[in-house]
Amino acid sequence: MLLRADHISKTFFRSTGSANYFYAVSPLSMEIAPGTVTVLTGRSGSGKTTLLNMLSGILEPTEGKVWADDTDLYGLKDAALSRFRNDRIGVVSQARSAVDTLTVAENILLPAKLYGKTPPEEETRYWMKAFEIAPLADAMPKELSGGELRRMAIIRALVQDPDVLFADEPTGDLDDENTKKVLSALHAFAHERNRAVFIVTHENEAVKYADRLFRMEKGQIMQPESE
Amino acid sequence: MKNAPLPLKNLIRKPGRTTALVLLTAFLALAVFGGSVIILSLRTGLRSLEARLGADIILVPSEAQSKISFQNMFLQGTTGAFYMDAAVTDKAMGVPGVEKTAPQTFLASLKADCCSVKIQVIGIDPEKDFTVQPWIARSLTGELGDMDVVTGCRVEAGIGEIIRIYDQRCKVVARLEPTGTGLDTAVYCNMGTMNTLLAAAEAKGVSHKISSGDDSVVSAVYVKVKDGYDIDTVNSALTGKLRKVTAVRTRSMITGVSDSLAGISRTVTTMVIVIWALALIILMLAYILIVRERSREFAVLRLIGASGNMLGRMALTESAVCGLAGGLVGTGLAAIGVFSFSALIESSLGLPYLLPDPGTLLLLAAGTVILSAAVSALASAFAAWRLSRVNPGTALREGN
Repeated sequence: MLLRADHISKTFFRSTGSANYFYAVSPLSMEIAPGTVTVLTGRSGSGKTTLLNMLSGILEPTEGKVWADDTDLYGLKDAALSRFRNDRIGVVSQARSAVDTLTVAENILLPAKLYGKTPPEEETRYWMKAFEIAPLADAMPKELSGGELRRMAIIRALVQDPDVLFADEPTGDLDDENTKKVLSALHAFAHERNRAVFIVTHENEAVKYADRLFRMEKGQIMQPESE
Repeated sequence: MKNAPLPLKNLIRKPGRTTALVLLTAFLALAVFGGSVIILSLRTGLRSLEARLGADIILVPSEAQSKISFQNMFLQGTTGAFYMDAAVTDKAMGVPGVEKTAPQTFLASLKADCCSVKIQVIGIDPEKDFTVQPWIARSLTGELGDMDVVTGCRVEAGIGEIIRIYDQRCKVVARLEPTGTGLDTAVYCNMGTMNTLLAAAEAKGVSHKISSGDDSVVSAVYVKVKDGYDIDTVNSALTGKLRKVTAVRTRSMITGVSDSLAGISRTVTTMVIVIWALALIILMLAYILIVRERSREFAVLRLIGASGNMLGRMALTESAVCGLAGGLVGTGLAAIGVFSFSALIESSLGLPYLLPDPGTLLLLAAGTVILSAAVSALASAFAAWRLSRVNPGTALREGN
């Protein structure tokens, strides 16, 4: 699936300052193609997460459109867009993103369970083992460290097998070894399965895995740093 | 548990939160079921009293009202006796508009060695009686023989047992169905037995003789007025014709009870409404706070593809399940309280109090449980609507 942003922008209301509205993301266009890892870097508050949210169907742009092949993402009604996200878009949030009342394994299988799909249990076991959280399958999220929770969220997105996987600071709580493991898993996911991966990060290590590298400053995308 | 639906897992794995919501709804159900049972019991009791009195007018000696509160005798089982000439029964039949008359003679037993229990004994003429006899016929297949007694449901004597009244041995041959009134503590016998008991009481110094010295006495005469006759007119005619006799309209007795009942009903209903309003507001606030507390959880669900409607449904399901559980707990607690303390409630209210039949109670219980679930879901509706509009990106960032 080719994801295409067409002149999208996002403004937010701000009660202080001279202007009431400010651009979190200035109008921009970009494409996220299958089989590539796109890495977006930039300082905090530069609009990276807002852009990721718009591209992943979570946050409607103030202007412009996001196309998934020929589908206008935000032209879909909530139920259809939600189903579309569940089927074709995976998101690893920057924030702690576990449902506290479910075990680790239940959290990972939740996207499939939401729409009554066959739960990818085999794949879940594989990734839990690979990311060294297999013994925590029946643990509750509150028993996990930040790094373990992060890996759980990444596995959840991977086993969802989306066409496009968005990861916001996926290595934020991870040590070097796990950072490499996660980044190479995301890289393999893109290249071996011909999926698109979009990573927002501060992590220099991620740059090594990028097929396309962007930098964001004050809501604007700078020219691609490498192709 | 592994395959349980998400709302159920949410409830089970957050026991503190769930218990608080269940208890809140239980309180609501307790107020509704308890209040409704009390009101219904009072109404059933009033209907039962009306049916048991069965007469339009009751004739009593003029001094009766000063000796004992006639109403208390029926409602609270106060014992007492007063007498008038038995000829009143036939004289009353001569008054135009009177269809039939039924005499009753009262005798209060003593709290002494000669009597097993202190009770009100009521002698009836089974052939003439149209007030108690139909009820006795429900419990007793044969005739009410000499020295046989039929007891009210709250007299502590089983069928076949002997109770002593003024050293006379009376056999319990039947027990009456409950009325929720003082009549439940009375004992009924035929006039032959009553005459024997009156003589025995006389021997113990409890006199029933009237000023004329006549031995043939009755305490009250129940009068049924013919269709087409105005009861007040017949009442006046009876008062005019019969000396030293007061004619009391049964409706005036019932009206007093009915007025008290209406007052209590209003109070209970108001209390129930206030409790409901408060509980509903508290529930609504609780759900709004819960949604705020769970905003990150809902954002995660949105992130992985749950639609706003799905989240709304989930919140409604959770609240309905809490409401259902709370309804069951509250109704159960109210049932235990109301049934265990019905005698205490009856005595403190001083009104006819009779629990409705089991079918009505079951229906009321089911209705309360369903209502609790519906109100709980309604209280969470606003929270559910807000949930359906939650933006995962914003919610996750706020919860970060």
